[in-house]
Amino acid sequence: MWTFLHKLASPPHFYRLAEKIIPWFAVSGLVLIAYGTWGGLFNAPPDYQQGDAFRIIYVHVPAAYLSMMAYMTMAIAAGIGLIWRMKLAHAVAAATAPLGAWFTFLALMTGSIWGRPMWGTWWEWGDPRLTSELILLFLYIGYIALRNSIDDLAKADKASAVLAMVGAVNVPIIHYSVEWWSSLHQGPTLIRKGGPAIVGDMLWPLLAMIFGFTFVFGALVLSRVRAEVLFRERRARWVRELVSATGAPA
Amino acid sequence: MKPRQQRMLAVGLAAVGLLIATVLTMQAFEKNMMFYVEISEVAKGNAPEDRNFRVGGLVVEESVVREPGDLQVQFTLTDMEAELDVLFSGVLPDLFREGQGIIAHGRMGDNGKFVADKVLAKHDENYMPPEVAESLAKHAAAKAAAQAEAAAEAVKP
Repeated sequence: MWTFLHKLASPPHFYRLAEKIIPWFAVSGLVLIAYGTWGGLFNAPPDYQQGDAFRIIYVHVPAAYLSMMAYMTMAIAAGIGLIWRMKLAHAVAAATAPLGAWFTFLALMTGSIWGRPMWGTWWEWGDPRLTSELILLFLYIGYIALRNSIDDLAKADKASAVLAMVGAVNVPIIHYSVEWWSSLHQGPTLIRKGGPAIVGDMLWPLLAMIFGFTFVFGALVLSRVRAEVLFRERRARWVRELVSATGAPA
Repeated sequence: MKPRQQRMLAVGLAAVGLLIATVLTMQAFEKNMMFYVEISEVAKGNAPEDRNFRVGGLVVEESVVREPGDLQVQFTLTDMEAELDVLFSGVLPDLFREGQGIIAHGRMGDNGKFVADKVLAKHDENYMPPEVAESLAKHAAAKAAAQAEAAAEAVKP
């Protein structure tokens, strides 16, 4: 176990391992998304209240879930990097942030498009769910801006890790905002007492989309971490050997 | 940029971000805690007179009155304890219908009616096809009827 973890933390080993994993993640993700798209758009019946408009759920829910999952990944990786001084963990945190920011943006945008016809508003200032998700976007942007403003990589890693960990408070606030305060947003459909409140034909494509998005997210994170590792280790021997072996100009 | 200026920029950005976050959170608390008034409170006369607030409730069945050729609409909201007449002129959300939970934003008019400038619909966390919803409603009605019958039986001498 420990040798596995130590090996995983070594950049060249991770670089090669990620190369093998990425295609599997990408293909599984795309297959699941293909099924989810067909199931969600064609096979699932229209909703009793919202008709066909509910189908935006198949993008909105995976995006919203990933916006929070990506933040937890980032905060935990940043924490590991800070506590155990593991450079690879900092690389993971740095690579995750822009992806998380885009998923947050996607969740806000699809939510807004959904909210206009159903609730009657694009955006409600002061709504707890909407506001806490917007703060999540600001946290990502703040994290990225903080990293970019510090040239010394080690210092940037440390400072941004603190921000990432402090901001993690917001994630449970987003999740429970619909229960703690009066929000326009309805309560949770999937994870609730008494099981999911959605029929099977609607549920399976949604689960496929959630897992599909997650696999694609995993593939994207791993590719970004590989690039980040190459940059950080650009003066290390294994990178120079890799470059000369692949025939690119050293 | 010199490293020191960059650090200052970073600290400045972090401070601005924190400030925005705090303001938004405060706003969220304020709007939802302070400006949301229950219908039974309005009925008791505890509604603020000089500012906007929100009320939320169910649209009472067969209470929606539309002016022909106009966007003006009047309906009654209930929180199962008290009722409140609401006037609204504008486009109602798709989900607006009798029996639906909605939130109205506006202020009290002179005639004791609530004049809304915005009507928002809430939907629940259940997703199902119309047929399932219908049969659920039918079963619920049947069950309620059976219970009422049993209750009537029970009180018979």
